[in-house]
Amino acid sequence: MNTRSIRKTVAVSAVAILSMGALAACAGDGADSADGTTTLTFWHNGTAEPILSIWQDAVDEYEKANPDITIDVVPIQNEDLETKIPLALSSDSPPDIYFSRGGGQLATQVQSGQVADISEFTSDWLGDLGTATENWAVDGVQYGVPYTSQVVGFWYRTDLFEQAGITGAPTTMTELHDAVDKLKAAGIAPIAVGGKDRWPDAFYYNTFAVRECDEDTLKKGLAEADLSDECFTKAGQDVIDFIATEPFQEGFNGTPAQQGAGSSAGLVANGQAAMELQGTWDKSVMQGLTDTDLDPLLGWFPFPAVEGGDGDPSATLGGGDGFACTQEHAEECADFLEFLSNDDIQTKLVESEVVAIPVKEAAAATISDPVMKSVYDFNTDAAYVTTYFDVALPTGAGSALNDAVANLFAGQGTADSVAEAVKAAK
Amino acid sequence: MSTTTAVVTPDVTTAAGSPSPQGPPRRRSHLRKRLELLLLLGPATVLFVAFVFFPLVAASYYSLFDWNGFGPLTRFVGFDNYAKALGDPLFQGAIGHNLFIVIASLVVQLPLSIALALLLNGKIRGRTGLRLLVFAPYVLSEAVTAVIWLSLLQPNGVVDGLLESVGLGGLVQLWLADQSVVMFTIFAVVTWKYIGFGIILFLAGLQGVPEELREAAQIDGATGWQTTRLIVLPLLGPTIRIWVFLSIIGSLQLFDLVWIMTLGGPAGASTTMASYLIDRGFRRYEFGFGSAVAIILFVICFVFALFYQRFALRRDTQGAITGRVE
Repeated sequence: MNTRSIRKTVAVSAVAILSMGALAACAGDGADSADGTTTLTFWHNGTAEPILSIWQDAVDEYEKANPDITIDVVPIQNEDLETKIPLALSSDSPPDIYFSRGGGQLATQVQSGQVADISEFTSDWLGDLGTATENWAVDGVQYGVPYTSQVVGFWYRTDLFEQAGITGAPTTMTELHDAVDKLKAAGIAPIAVGGKDRWPDAFYYNTFAVRECDEDTLKKGLAEADLSDECFTKAGQDVIDFIATEPFQEGFNGTPAQQGAGSSAGLVANGQAAMELQGTWDKSVMQGLTDTDLDPLLGWFPFPAVEGGDGDPSATLGGGDGFACTQEHAEECADFLEFLSNDDIQTKLVESEVVAIPVKEAAAATISDPVMKSVYDFNTDAAYVTTYFDVALPTGAGSALNDAVANLFAGQGTADSVAEAVKAAK
Repeated sequence: MSTTTAVVTPDVTTAAGSPSPQGPPRRRSHLRKRLELLLLLGPATVLFVAFVFFPLVAASYYSLFDWNGFGPLTRFVGFDNYAKALGDPLFQGAIGHNLFIVIASLVVQLPLSIALALLLNGKIRGRTGLRLLVFAPYVLSEAVTAVIWLSLLQPNGVVDGLLESVGLGGLVQLWLADQSVVMFTIFAVVTWKYIGFGIILFLAGLQGVPEELREAAQIDGATGWQTTRLIVLPLLGPTIRIWVFLSIIGSLQLFDLVWIMTLGGPAGASTTMASYLIDRGFRRYEFGFGSAVAIILFVICFVFALFYQRFALRRDTQGAITGRVE
């Protein structure tokens, strides 16, 4: 070998070794750096303003108060989180703090062994957040903390209702049907639904079931992932009957829920549809999709009573948003979550109308918008709140439920098919 | 392609096989060659093992378990996942949707891109601009394409408006919401995105058609169509076969466009094998089952690729891929 070829060989080996080194570097998460600071990764779903800034400001403030902690904030679009979280939890380096809706979904994630028991770090202050925290506990072990509760109800455009000659918010199904007819007669799409994303369809089945089933049947059905009770069949039939009245916008099966002006939220925000059955967060989503000030134009009413149903008419479908912690930095994560639930940040969330129902009662005093106040009062007075079925059920069954209801919206399936899909996926 | 092979092959055979009059130097160069090969192939081999071979082995293993992606693999179910997938009407439908895209591509995209390539190969005004225009969509990622078309296709959106403004309002459909229309819509978007690639490929292929042959044909009195049919198209054969291969593999793996535009809906009307796989794996946490679907998809693609290479691509790749390289 002459010198040139030796040099060449060395160079080639160097490249080969370097590329392997680069691969190895990708695998490491480098959470703790040599200078003693700890880096936490924080995944949230607040990709749009104002919540994006609220979380970022909170992190900045927290870092200032805790110089040994650095937090990497990663905002991830809501629908993307569904696939990213399971993937991250089955990897070696999951995020330290991640968005979670609690319930059966969190229970499924706990099976990964990556989600941390934070009971001992939260016991001192968890009581301040009320009963909402129960949804982030599995078998009595606390895995996460909520920052808001939510209820599902109809958001509606008062101006379009007026235009169609509807005098009051519907309180019974008959009145709702009547409102739908009047809106159609006035050439307005009565209800927008984001059928493409499936979970908005499921809100109809879920709320009908909340109206048809008594509390015990509901709880038992969801806990056992067994929806064979007759009242669930009734709910399935209610959905089929309701779709038959054609209350939804054109092409609802292809409409996304919250992305873009053509989404169901966008249609209501821009006055192209009169109502949407959605969670409390919907107002801030809608406001993000239009330049019009929605404050004077939006109203809210709970899902109407269903005649002959066993459910308490004041009961509702709902849930909450929060964060869960993973093992590696469980204590630091819990400390950060305590900071996030302080009165100051809770108040900011309420004032920005991202959150209608804060977990800290003190913050509720700052609710100024009368509509938001009515949502808050409804939740406070509700006989009980049933968690969104897809969150309450184990993930596989929950997803199967959403798919089955979406099939009903596309004209496929029977009153029993939702229960059958849940049973098959259990 | 065959020209490259002709240059490479003798070189390799000499180094490896033919006896050399001098013993030791030949041996050393032989070793060095091996070493160089190893070093040069090293990074690629590491990447291949890490990102293709290992996941494949892992997925085949996972596919034998009822596993939600978390915790240890304890519930061995053998081939149940495979039976479940193949017996699921939704998955059968998904295979059907993939086949639809495969066939529609061959029937519509192939002739269309050859025709456009022939057109753009002629001396027409604004040729460069036109070439750029048809190729532009190919540069976009599938995700961007999907988001653009999602908004264009919404009810009373840009597409509907355009149709109405040219008096074709009767053609307006619920492009993504109607179960009987959605696959055609997706195929149209696939075509919009990939036709430019086909055209560029065929334009390149057309450069390999010797001008003398056309001239000779002309002298013999062949019409333009006869020249195209009897001279140009047969000589375009290798390019067409490569295109068909890429098109079928791409159609079988169709995912991004579907996932963003419809999530496989409504009611499974646009579910493809890949969207079914992601839906089961990541939305329902059925990782064992999802792995089985992934293996089915892999086997379909692999078997197709193998047969296609053996029978259709044989002439084109003789020596290049199937040839003996020691």
